[in-house]
Amino acid sequence: MSAQDLIAKATEVVKAAPTRGGETHQYLSFFLGGEEYATDILTVQEIKGWDTVTRVPYSPDYILGVINLRGSIVPVVDLRVRFALEKAVFDSATVVIVVHVAGTRGERIVGIVVDAVSDVYTVPSENIQPPPDVMGSVDHMFVVGLANLDNKLLIILDIERLVISSVLGDDKAAA
Amino acid sequence: MSIDMEMEEILNLFFEESFEGLNAMESGLLTLEDATDKECINTIFRAAHSIKGGAGTFGFMEISGFTHSVETLLDEMRNGARGVTPDAVQVLLQSVDVIREMIQSAQAKQPIVMTGANALSGELARVLAQKGTPAPASASAGAPGGHAPSAPAPTAVVAAPPVAAAAPAISTPQPAKRESSPTNGVLEGWRIDFVPDPSLFKTCNDPMRIFDELANLGPLEVSAQVDKVPSLGDLDPTQCFMSWTLTLRAAAEHARVAEVFDWVDASSKITYEPIYGSGAAIVAAAVKPAADVPQATAQRGTVQRVAPPAEAPASAPAAKASGESGSLRVATEKVDALINLVGELVITQSMLGRFAEKYEPEDVESLRRSLAQLTRNTRELQESVMQIRMLPIGFSFNRFPRLVHDLSRKLGKKVELKLTGENTELDKTVLEKIGDPLVHLVRNALDHGLEAPAQRLAAGKSDTGTLELNAFHEGGSIIIEVKDDGAGLNKERILAKARERGLVDQDANLSDDAIYNLIFVAGFSTAETISDVSGRGVGMDVVRRNINDLGGHVQIFSTAGKGSTIRIRLPLTLAILEGQVLRVGKEIYVASLVSIIETVQSTRENLSCVAGRTELFRHRTDYLPIIRLHDLFGIEPDSRDIADGLLVVLEAEGRRVAMLVDELLAQQQVVIKSLETNFKQVPGLAGATIHGDGTVALILDVPGLIRTFLERQSMQMGRAA
Repeated sequence: MSAQDLIAKATEVVKAAPTRGGETHQYLSFFLGGEEYATDILTVQEIKGWDTVTRVPYSPDYILGVINLRGSIVPVVDLRVRFALEKAVFDSATVVIVVHVAGTRGERIVGIVVDAVSDVYTVPSENIQPPPDVMGSVDHMFVVGLANLDNKLLIILDIERLVISSVLGDDKAAA
Repeated sequence: MSIDMEMEEILNLFFEESFEGLNAMESGLLTLEDATDKECINTIFRAAHSIKGGAGTFGFMEISGFTHSVETLLDEMRNGARGVTPDAVQVLLQSVDVIREMIQSAQAKQPIVMTGANALSGELARVLAQKGTPAPASASAGAPGGHAPSAPAPTAVVAAPPVAAAAPAISTPQPAKRESSPTNGVLEGWRIDFVPDPSLFKTCNDPMRIFDELANLGPLEVSAQVDKVPSLGDLDPTQCFMSWTLTLRAAAEHARVAEVFDWVDASSKITYEPIYGSGAAIVAAAVKPAADVPQATAQRGTVQRVAPPAEAPASAPAAKASGESGSLRVATEKVDALINLVGELVITQSMLGRFAEKYEPEDVESLRRSLAQLTRNTRELQESVMQIRMLPIGFSFNRFPRLVHDLSRKLGKKVELKLTGENTELDKTVLEKIGDPLVHLVRNALDHGLEAPAQRLAAGKSDTGTLELNAFHEGGSIIIEVKDDGAGLNKERILAKARERGLVDQDANLSDDAIYNLIFVAGFSTAETISDVSGRGVGMDVVRRNINDLGGHVQIFSTAGKGSTIRIRLPLTLAILEGQVLRVGKEIYVASLVSIIETVQSTRENLSCVAGRTELFRHRTDYLPIIRLHDLFGIEPDSRDIADGLLVVLEAEGRRVAMLVDELLAQQQVVIKSLETNFKQVPGLAGATIHGDGTVALILDVPGLIRTFLERQSMQMGRAA
């Protein structure tokens, strides 16, 4: 899809949204092992290129390590490993989505590594269906719902729960 | 800025100045013990007076009332009306504590606790009653601190006999009124003679404001006496030659009226006469028999002495903690130095900016020069900013003269306290946290270290013990020593006690250091009797924990019969670490330089293995367990052979270990960043830092590392067994 197509489509989505009625949210979507996932755009702070991380001992394998984000020490989660997908080779196309989430001890900033960022969608809440009980590789506790957009399936993640449980290395913490 | 905020700021200034005033009073009183120095008494008096005045202005009547009694006593000392007795000084010192406590509760916006003040005002009255001092003083001292001082001008007591005669009745207006009212009707107003000191204007007091204030209470007639005003040629316009007679037609309480004169009453002669129903002024002095006053105060004295002001010092620290403000007082020079540096930085920046506009290849040399200058500017700026947080350790040492004075009195020991290096600077946070451990150490030295005078003489020493507190910089650390010339640590007794408690094996052979370190174990005390000073065995473990938390460590040196020295080594700041950068495989770590004893390359002869698992390294006379950092952190090292790598000898919490690394890199200052903010605490790591190239390096937590290592070992042992 060319940039012009993207803009045209975004305009169309934005125009169409109010007429459909109900509440709408914007989601940032990204690719991970051929599937398209999305997170509420309000949780996204920035998107940056892949950079060297410093490994932290005693961390689970999906914590790649920590990076320096303008003076703050920020952990980086490999979402492929987290979702038990095949490990990818990091290259210049690999991106880190920096999200900020509210934890029990104040706001945390965490980077998540994905294959590529795809698009921004405006999705009315009535178009989001609850996740089925069996979700394959992705633990369904991290999925808010599924959205069907033009015959495309978008898996909307509960990034807050996902990130907090990953960083603390404890799935129960999120449950 | 709103009026409220402005008021809050002024109020905070008052608190800050009052605490400074109290400290000045305290140190003044302590020097007063030895020599009766006129200037010293004046200093104490002035401090008390400012506190009283300020407290009155802000409506803390309890504080100003109590301080007034203190001031009365001080004033008599100042005038030579009474000698300086140890008894009086002791009471005044206790009063300082009470006032401090009251101001602290005022600062915490809590109701002012009067128990201490009430108990002590009896003491004060007793002291004042001694030596037959004039009644007015004891009467006002006895005023139970709850209300504004019924201020008779202290100077008036000696200066003008008729005024002094009038004072007692006025200072306790309620009884006077009760006695006079049946015959003379209800209180209708006051006649006030106000004879200010000529220096009134110089103290920024405007009589017009006072009169305005009085007029708020009711109709006021003012008549001025101008007979003392010299002819215009001789007139000094900065002096006040006038006096006034004021008639206030309002049934105001005496306290309310006296409050108006709060700022001037110490330097002026003021008499208050109540006016009763008939409208005639009664000379109340005659109504009130002077003999009643000492009697009344004596009674109060006996009642209140039952409750000693013991809680005062105990509750003080808690109140202080809650009132701790996050502000810093910075010396102007430090700020000026910063401004200069920023100025230089701007110049350097404009120099560099020029190259961006037009770059010629021949400019490379001057570009390099400018960059070098920028580097220097940045470093200096960093140092100056750190300097702002640095405070002299004197702030922490200041409390010790008082502490030693009180404790030595209590323990019946003679102690001379020597403070050196008070100007040694350290980070504010470190300074705040080191106070309590130091207090513990000083109390211990006084209680256990120094002997009683008789024992000292028997040991052939002077009967006065010496306690030294010494601070100095060494490398990137600050060293604080607490040194006494007492009996020294008794190794046999410590060892016996430790065996009794099962802390060491019966047949264990321990080095001196190891024995001394036993006193840091929780619950350990060799004192035969538990006193309220020390001996409960709580404390030394806390001392060591606090110091370790600050990234420092404690050492003990002791010689039997000669005394002991406790040496604390602390980092200068918590924000920056003097670090040793080291490499294991492809990973880079930073260890605090303070915890590194030395780094050695081991030969195979120095290595041994116990039970096929625990590897030991012979370091001089000690055998140290070897921590393989690559095993602990799961790193692929250059080589697993100990002889290929380097052993870094680390010490923390009294334990030494040798850590195997591949290579030592630079020694440098690193800025400590928290891992926990966005991530979590990791065992063995104290935080992270950012390298010049923007990558992150992790900082080792040496005590935690040693603990993690020992835990793992005991787990392995358990599995092997």
